[in-house]
Amino acid sequence: MNPPHAVVEVEGLRKDYTGEPPIRALREVSFTIVSNDFVAVTGPSGSGKTTLLALLGLLDEPTAGEYRLDGQDVSGLNDRRRAAIRAHKVGFVFQAFHLIDYRTVLENVQLGLMYQGVRRPQRISRSLEVIDHVGLRHRAQAPCSTLSGGERQRVAIARVLVREPSLILCDEPTGNLDSSNTDQVLMLLDQLHSDGMTIVLITHDPAVAHRANRRFEMTDGRLSEPVRAGHD
Amino acid sequence: MEDSRSPSGQDMTREPNSALRAVDVLFEASTAVWRRPVRTLLTALGTIVGVAAFVMTTGLAATASAQVSSSFDALEATEVRVQDVQPDGSHLFPADVDVRLSALNGVVAAGVIYELRHDEDLAARGSPSLNGGVAAQIPILAASPGALDASRVTVGSGVLYGSFHADRAELVAVLGRVAADDLGIHDVSAQPAVFIGSRAFTVVGIIDNAVRNPGLLLSVVIPSSTERKYFGSGGIEAEVVIDTEPGAASLIGRQAALALRPDDPERLRVLVPPDPASLRNAVESEVTALYYALAGLSLAIGTIAIANSTLLNTIERRSEIGLRRALGAKRSHIVRQVVVEASITGAFAGVVGAALAVTGIGIISSLREWTATIEPLLVAAAPILGLATGALAGVVPAARASRTPPAVTLRS
Repeated sequence: MNPPHAVVEVEGLRKDYTGEPPIRALREVSFTIVSNDFVAVTGPSGSGKTTLLALLGLLDEPTAGEYRLDGQDVSGLNDRRRAAIRAHKVGFVFQAFHLIDYRTVLENVQLGLMYQGVRRPQRISRSLEVIDHVGLRHRAQAPCSTLSGGERQRVAIARVLVREPSLILCDEPTGNLDSSNTDQVLMLLDQLHSDGMTIVLITHDPAVAHRANRRFEMTDGRLSEPVRAGHD
Repeated sequence: MEDSRSPSGQDMTREPNSALRAVDVLFEASTAVWRRPVRTLLTALGTIVGVAAFVMTTGLAATASAQVSSSFDALEATEVRVQDVQPDGSHLFPADVDVRLSALNGVVAAGVIYELRHDEDLAARGSPSLNGGVAAQIPILAASPGALDASRVTVGSGVLYGSFHADRAELVAVLGRVAADDLGIHDVSAQPAVFIGSRAFTVVGIIDNAVRNPGLLLSVVIPSSTERKYFGSGGIEAEVVIDTEPGAASLIGRQAALALRPDDPERLRVLVPPDPASLRNAVESEVTALYYALAGLSLAIGTIAIANSTLLNTIERRSEIGLRRALGAKRSHIVRQVVVEASITGAFAGVVGAALAVTGIGIISSLREWTATIEPLLVAAAPILGLATGALAGVVPAARASRTPPAVTLRS
């Protein structure tokens, strides 16, 4: 495993939403996440967790502040460059899974590689490997509309894995799952962490947050790190 | 040596790029179209109707134009009539009208025709053995043999009188079918006679149809030379009827007056049909323009329909588009995919629309007993037309879809 290095370096990050009234969703947030960190972000609804995730994933632009991802300054990039960074360095696991229902498991996982410009034969072989890794090889050709909630989230995780991103961002990944499926998904995330992946996870569930080795608390757009989970 | 790789192992000398291969755009778009057949059919419906209307109206325009052309060529375009500008009861036309006009190149047949003046003494009567010899109110026409030919008469019984009878001013007559029935004559084999004044005329034939002069069916018709010799009435509204070769009517129209009355051509009025070529072109262009306007309108409606459906489709697929953006799709990638999807849908609509149109043209043509005229190139072009319509219709929804913020995935 490579020695730890800074994957996320954030300094004075701020996000304002214009409107009536204007909202300051994120207030001068600063922190660093190193490789193989497993960070849980908790906090009440409206505290700025989702905004933080959107900025870390380059889904949105900050109003102010600096952000270095994997050593590269990405805070002032245009839409085209942000798309390129997303294609190669960031993986998302969403609460709502975001699978394309009329496509098969294999096609959904392949989608993770398509915008990297990987050719189809390579996409298929690499996708089958990760589908096997998440225990869904037997469902590879099944349409996603036929999958259970737990299976759907495992497909979404496979779609992230196949991309080999620098940073995995999870938005309430167990929010729509029952306890059995929640355990399976959390075990997968634990495994990714053990494999050296860097993960940031938003959750309301203290049990889920407990599995992380670091914990950020968001309140009114401000971030604090009150507790060192000491998971490792 | 400086390490060019990032701590996570990625090559830092190359800027990462978001790329989408053309073959992948095609695969993604076609999968989106064919995996949801009902939605595709509903989206394509407007364009199917538009393309079908376009091909059908254009095909029907060609079919109808061919029909118009054949109708003009058949009758109206080969008829010339010459009339007296100032009728005064005198014999305006020379006795050899048929000969003079037949000498003109392009004349098929020609002759003079006129009605005898009404006179109680000249009323037509049948044979006493047939209708009791009662005088009937039947018009009496004088016509040269050429006039009968130029009127395109069909003989039901017997024969028409010819130049043999006309040259000798024989006392012969032909009867129109209606007049023959009034006079109780149904067959000429027994050489029946009709009486005009005190003279008996042998009936040599009965006319069943007269395309250019339906009045002949109501009349007793005698040779104009016979009328001159025995009655000399001068006639009412004498006119010359000329049957021409197709395309010769204009030329004959310019020559006829001079051929008939070289001494006083201004006395004659020549009625020439509109030039068939120009008339046909005018009619065809008007009909075609109308059909093209209707076809264009149909296609425009089809374009709007597919644009509307595609727009609704992209709104409904906002989550999928947001996901693609989150996975690294650039706006241009989204535009390409939506436009290609709309194009494939349009091409499919073009194929179905063309098939429906060809079937429709066939059915309509067979019901109207027309010859279906379909330009093969038009049918072949229909899918391309549909594809272009789809591409055009996809532009606005694609532009709108490309503005979907990737952060939408976190909020849905």
